[in-house]
Order: sequence, then structure tokens, then C-alpha cells
Amino acid sequence: MKAKIIITPKKAVLDPQGKTVQNALEHMGYKGVAGVHVGKYLEIDLAPGTDKSAAQKALNDAAHKFLSNPVIEDYKLEIVE
Amino acid sequence: MNFAVLQFPASNCDQDAIHVLRDVFGHDARYVWHKESSLGDADAVIVPGGFSYGDYLRCGAIARFSPVMQAVKQFADNGGLVLGICNGFQVLCEAQLLPGALIRNRSLQFRCEHIWLKTVTADSSFTGRIPPGKLLRVPIAHGEGCYFADEATLTKLKANDQILWQYCDADGSVTERANPNGSLLNIAGICNERRNVAGLMPHPERACESLLGCDDGKLVFESMIHWLEANRVAKAA
Repeated sequence: MKAKIIITPKKAVLDPQGKTVQNALEHMGYKGVAGVHVGKYLEIDLAPGTDKSAAQKALNDAAHKFLSNPVIEDYKLEIVE
Repeated sequence: MNFAVLQFPASNCDQDAIHVLRDVFGHDARYVWHKESSLGDADAVIVPGGFSYGDYLRCGAIARFSPVMQAVKQFADNGGLVLGICNGFQVLCEAQLLPGALIRNRSLQFRCEHIWLKTVTADSSFTGRIPPGKLLRVPIAHGEGCYFADEATLTKLKANDQILWQYCDADGSVTERANPNGSLLNIAGICNERRNVAGLMPHPERACESLLGCDDGKLVFESMIHWLEANRVAKAA
């Protein structure tokens, strides 16, 4: 079992990296890009036999407290078999 | 006075802080390793600049959970003076001892240069000895010093007079051009509501001797020392 956590900057937070990548895409001729947001992706391997709902609860706590900073970031957590 | 200067793996301004406190001001200052869970008999704490824990995940994110930071939280809760410089400011924000967060500079560039600082209020233990109207010339050296907080937090910072320093030009005007990193409201440093915890991105500890080009940074430490001495007298009395 694996946990996948995607962390992205909040909409209200300036994202100069995303803006720079967007500009670069436009310069390279890729059309139709309305916005780019650069974030982080964490993959966490869970030990065999881990209870899925307990892991979900614990990792939500970790994501909120440590892995993301709620002042500037949002996260999505997904646990896959 | 007895200063505790924290040391995390990859702190790199700890020695500068110790040097200034000991050799420029003649006070006691000692290193406190990140694994220690006590600050001893410290009168004030400096969280120095650097790249604690390699800045992995986010600047200050891992340092926040170190044993010494639990002691700093307790110290701050008891009203002790805590000053975070550069990475120390980032650590204090991550630890929620200060509101907001520091994010990547708007230019995406690491900025290493001298800037001008306007002191917004003398009503704090970190700014009390800075003469009104005096601009401070101090260096910055950071890639992630853009101060961010939501609207409600910014409104509160202004209402409570918690903004201590803003980036300004040589005339003291707070302009977009004088803002080296995109910080909201040109914020360079703030304090908490109780006014005993402060953080700033610029490095006053690197500007305390005219031999090194400038000694404006002394005013920040002088303010702290003055406050501590006055407070000690008050305590004794």
C-alpha cells in the first residue's frame, strides 16, 4: 500500500515558479496554457498489513501538521493498494 | 545578560551572532544544540540564519520539531525574548510562534545585498532603542524571504502594530522598487501579539562593526539588551 500526497500552493499565494514555467511554455509555442502551479509530490510506502483508514487518519494529521504548511499550501492525500 | 544561540545542522550565522553578543557587546552567549531540550538560564534566545536541516521539505519545517524548539516555545510562552534572523524567522513562522510564512522570492533569485530598513514602531523590545526616523543599512542573503500572510492576518498585524521593519529606499519611502523579495506590505520583520517574539529576514548580526562596513544592526541588539536590563531591574525591585 502506498500513500500519495500532492502539495500545491494556495490560490491566493504568489507562485513565481508556476508563472515562470507558464511563460516558458508560451515562449516554446505551447498554446492554451491558462495557468501553471508548481508543487510537491510525496510517495509514502506503507508497511504490509497497515490498516487503510488508520493510515489515512495518521497521514492526514502529518500532512496538515508537517508535510504541508496550511498558511501557504493545500494538499491531496490518496491511499492506493 | 545570557544569550542562547540555537544551532541546527546547517545553521551558518550562529557564530556571527555569538561573536557580536560576546565581542561587540560583552555579554555571555552560548550555543544550544538542536537536540537539547533545555535553554538553561538564558535571558534571551537567538534563532540564527542558515539552512537548518538543509531546508528540506520547506525552510524551517523540520527544525520546528526539534527538541530545542519545544524549549523555545515554552520560553516564549513564559514571556522570554526570542529573535529569529533569516532562517530563524522562517523557523519561528513554521513553529507558529509568528504568523504567516516566508516563500520563494518573487524574482526566483537568491538576493545577497545591502538594503534599507524602515523601523515602523519603537514599541517593542527589538526596536525600542532605534531613533525615530533612523533608517538601518543591513544585508540580506536569502532565496525564500517573501513574507506572505492572508488578508485577515495582515489586517491584524497592522492593527496591533506588529510590523517592526519594512524594506524602503534610501529616503525611507516604502516602495515596490525597494522590495527585494516581493514581501507583502514590504514586510522585513514582525513580532507576535505579545511583542516578545520577533523575526526578520535581514541580518543585523552582520552589521554590527563599522570595520565590516556598517554597524546599524547594533541598534536591534541594543534594544533587546536595554529591555532585558530594564526588565531585570523591574524583576529585582
